[in-house]
Amino acid sequence: MVNPQMVMYEEEFNQIQTVVDRLVKDANAKVVFIVDKNGQLIAASGDVDNLDTTSLASLTAGNIAATGGMAKLLKENEFATQFHEGEKANIHIQLVGNRVILVVIFDAKSSLGLVRLRVRKASEELNHIFEALLKKVQEPGADSPFAEITDEDIDNLFND
Amino acid sequence: MSFINYMAREINCKIVYYGPGLCGKTTNLQYIYERTNPEAKGKMISLATETDRTLFFDFLPLALGEIRGFKTRFHLYTVPGQVFYDASRKLILKGVDGVVFVADSQIGRIEANQESVENLRTNLAEQGYSLDKVPYVMQYNKRDLPEIATPEELRELLNPTKVPEYEAVARTGVGVFDTLKAVAKLVLTELKKGGP
Ligand SMILES: Nc1nc2c(ncn2[C@@H]2O[C@H](COP(=O)(O)OP(=O)(O)O)[C@@H](O)[C@H]2O)c(=O)[nH]1
Ligand SMILES: [Mg+2]
Repeated sequence: MVNPQMVMYEEEFNQIQTVVDRLVKDANAKVVFIVDKNGQLIAASGDVDNLDTTSLASLTAGNIAATGGMAKLLKENEFATQFHEGEKANIHIQLVGNRVILVVIFDAKSSLGLVRLRVRKASEELNHIFEALLKKVQEPGADSPFAEITDEDIDNLFND
Repeated sequence: MSFINYMAREINCKIVYYGPGLCGKTTNLQYIYERTNPEAKGKMISLATETDRTLFFDFLPLALGEIRGFKTRFHLYTVPGQVFYDASRKLILKGVDGVVFVADSQIGRIEANQESVENLRTNLAEQGYSLDKVPYVMQYNKRDLPEIATPEELRELLNPTKVPEYEAVARTGVGVFDTLKAVAKLVLTELKKGGP
């Protein structure tokens, strides 16, 4: 496999959640979330109850993949930052360590300048956490909980 | 690349429906969407042109149930089939865990199917995957139409490695869940073998 498997443990999850929670406050944001490049939601914070985060996660990853494709054609490395301005809501999208995507949704209570500033710091912290996580996943002995599933377990999933 | 989340006790897998334009990929997802309990599915997203052709992808998140205390979530994607959307197809294959090839059984579409299987193999290879190793199933769709090739003919042309294959009429749902279950099963079996 080219990509190492993405795994999330409690310890790292809590660290990530702390960064995300703080970013909501520090940036006066409405919502902050983190998605992996394949579109899977990793963590979210803020006013997420009224938001379809699963769909947003998939579309964000599609968006990053598409601009990544554009970058390649232009012989750019990657467009690491994107900003979309709406009438009420704005979205700031930041690629972190070329692995995960940090999304900040904010309104007039904040500003692009503030969001940029806070995202920069949060990105550095997240990058460290994900680097450590990746190392941990690659350590031998980090067994998959699925090593012991049986064919029967899999069949049972489909017995409606 | 599946994503195991010990915190949320979830496992997430990505399945891509591949095939030539108008073979019935979107129709597969629509049928699955219609027939799944509201609590087990998220919103289906279609990035389509005004004439309803898939532009970038369709996306359907699905929860299949629990294995050993882990919720299994499958993210289903379709690719745009038209030849000129190759760049988009490559992007959608990133991080794929399982592939369904939807073949259009109509005799007039045989070459389009063949080109698309070849294109799948090439695009997977570009991502560092081999079609012979990825969990992969074949669906012969549109079995209700008159001018169609036999399953034997389709097998010979499109499925030389004899991966699991299903006859389908996606418009009425025949074979749709059998196909999905088969690929999901292969993906989970792969997880069992692999580990990180
Ligand atoms: N007769 C028949 N038509 C089908 C079947 N599956 C899909 N279609 C039709 O084929 C057309 C293209 O289907 P669509 O799912 O959009 O193809 P896609 O390009 O692969 O996403 C639509 O008009 C469908 O209703 C089938 O099993 N039988
Ligand atoms: Mg389509």
